[in-house]
Formats: sequence, structure tokens, C-alpha cells
Amino acid sequence: MPELGKYAATVLSAYGVSLLLLLALTGVSLWRARRVRAELAEVEARTKK
Amino acid sequence: MRSLWEYANPKKFIETSQRVLPAVTWASVACLVVGLIWGFFFTPEDYRQGSTVKIIYLHVPSALMAINAWFMMLLASLIWLIRRHHVSALAARAAAPIGAVMTMIALATGAIWGQPMWGTWWVWDPRLTSFLILFLFYLGYIALWAAVEDDDTAADLTSILCIVGSVFAVLSRYAVNFWNQGLHQGASVMRAGALAGDTEERVSNVFALPLFVCIAGFVLLFVALVLLRTQTEIRARRMRALVARERRG
Repeated sequence: MPELGKYAATVLSAYGVSLLLLLALTGVSLWRARRVRAELAEVEARTKK
Repeated sequence: MRSLWEYANPKKFIETSQRVLPAVTWASVACLVVGLIWGFFFTPEDYRQGSTVKIIYLHVPSALMAINAWFMMLLASLIWLIRRHHVSALAARAAAPIGAVMTMIALATGAIWGQPMWGTWWVWDPRLTSFLILFLFYLGYIALWAAVEDDDTAADLTSILCIVGSVFAVLSRYAVNFWNQGLHQGASVMRAGALAGDTEERVSNVFALPLFVCIAGFVLLFVALVLLRTQTEIRARRMRALVARERRG
């Protein structure tokens, strides 16, 4: 861990907030991609019948 | 040579983007991991800003992408309005939440950085204010897509909103030059003197090199997420069309 001195809380909170937002964005994008793909497969199977 | 317009075909777009997505994703992860570890662990403190200088590796790339995402949406919206290619409208829709998150990161890290350096979390400075307005435009754009049921009408209306919002995207980038006031500093990484090699104008390489790696990581992450989310929007649109056809009998 680098020596962040009196600004440790400032730097760590900036990294924490940013990484949390990036991970949430990526997670939601992947989750929605999987859900829509599965739903489309289901609708396509139903309409082909 | 293949025409770019080939990719306006949704099937072709999905096939091609599925092929390139893994490479773009891994390149993005590699750049982000290397850039952020390099910046956080292996760069010195700035003589005036202390360790807060490490926030630059998140603040600058996210702010850059907040503006560039809007310009990408503008280009895609213009293609939709002129050539009526659905994939371009859906790509603009897919990019909006990414741009909104980038703007949120830029605003949050800016506030966190500003507090110890300026003595305040927020000030109604031209650059900060235009960035906040850009963020509100992102939210309005996303809400408008969600509010209008017909996809083509939604694409038309959001394209117009995107053109109007571009004024604030330009202001976000050049507000400091236009008004030359406020607390936010002007461009330092891409300053003309710095690019010409003037060492007095330039950010030291110790800070600049990891910053460029982080910028590359953010750009690649944006591309990867736009490709993934555009695929999702194309599938969601097809699903809505199939369900509507099914209901009509």
C-alpha cells in the first residue's frame, strides 16, 4: 500500500466510488445481455411453433 | 474493401461484434489493471497536491469519455436521421448509460478531489456546471427512450435531443477556454505547448504515461460495453417485434 498521508481517505474514496460504478455498469450490462438473449430464444421458440 | 454500411444489418453487426468483443474486453481489462496499479502504487506524490494527484487516473479518463460518448451518440443519431439505420439508433441508446456513468464518475471524483484542493466540494464554475448539465441531458435522453413506446419515434426524438445536448458536450470541453474563469484548471495533458514538446507546459512523464494507459483502458471499456449493449438492444427490439406480431395473430 503506498503512503497516501493525510489525503488517504480522499484518494481511497475516489477509487472506491469509481470502481464500484464501473463494476455496477459492467454487471448490469452483462446481466441484461443474458436475460434478453434467453427471453428472445424463448419467444423465437414459441413463435416458430 | 467492405462497406461500413454492411454493419447496419443487425445480423452482420452481431456476428462481427461477437468476434471482436473478447479481444476488446481483454485489452480493456489489461490497460485498466496496468494503468491503475501503475498510477496508484508506483507514482510519486505531487509537490503541491500530495497523493490526491492519483485521482487523475480516474477523473481525466472518465471526463474524456463522458464527452466523447455524447459525440459518438451524436454521430449515431445523425446516421439514424439521415440513413434510417436501426443499428445506429440502437448504438446511441446503448451508449447513453455508459456516458452517464462516466459523467457521474467525473463529477464524483472531481468533487472528492476539489474538497481538499479548492476547499469546496462544488462551485458553479463554467466547466463543472456544463458537466452537470451534460449529466442531466444523459438522464433526459435515457428517460425519453424509455417513455416513448414506438422505437422509431423514440429514435427520432432522442436524436433531436442529442443534437441539442451536443452544445453542452462542446461547452464541457471548452468552457474553461471560452470564459477563462472559475476554479477548474484548463487543459494540461493535451495543451498545445505540451504536445509540441515544451517541457514547461507538459505534465511530467511520471504521471502522464500511466494516465495514457488508463485513457486507453477507458476507451476500450467504452467500446466493449457499447458493442455488448448494442447487441442487447438489437435482440430486445427483435423480441418486441415478435411479441407484437404474435399479439396481432
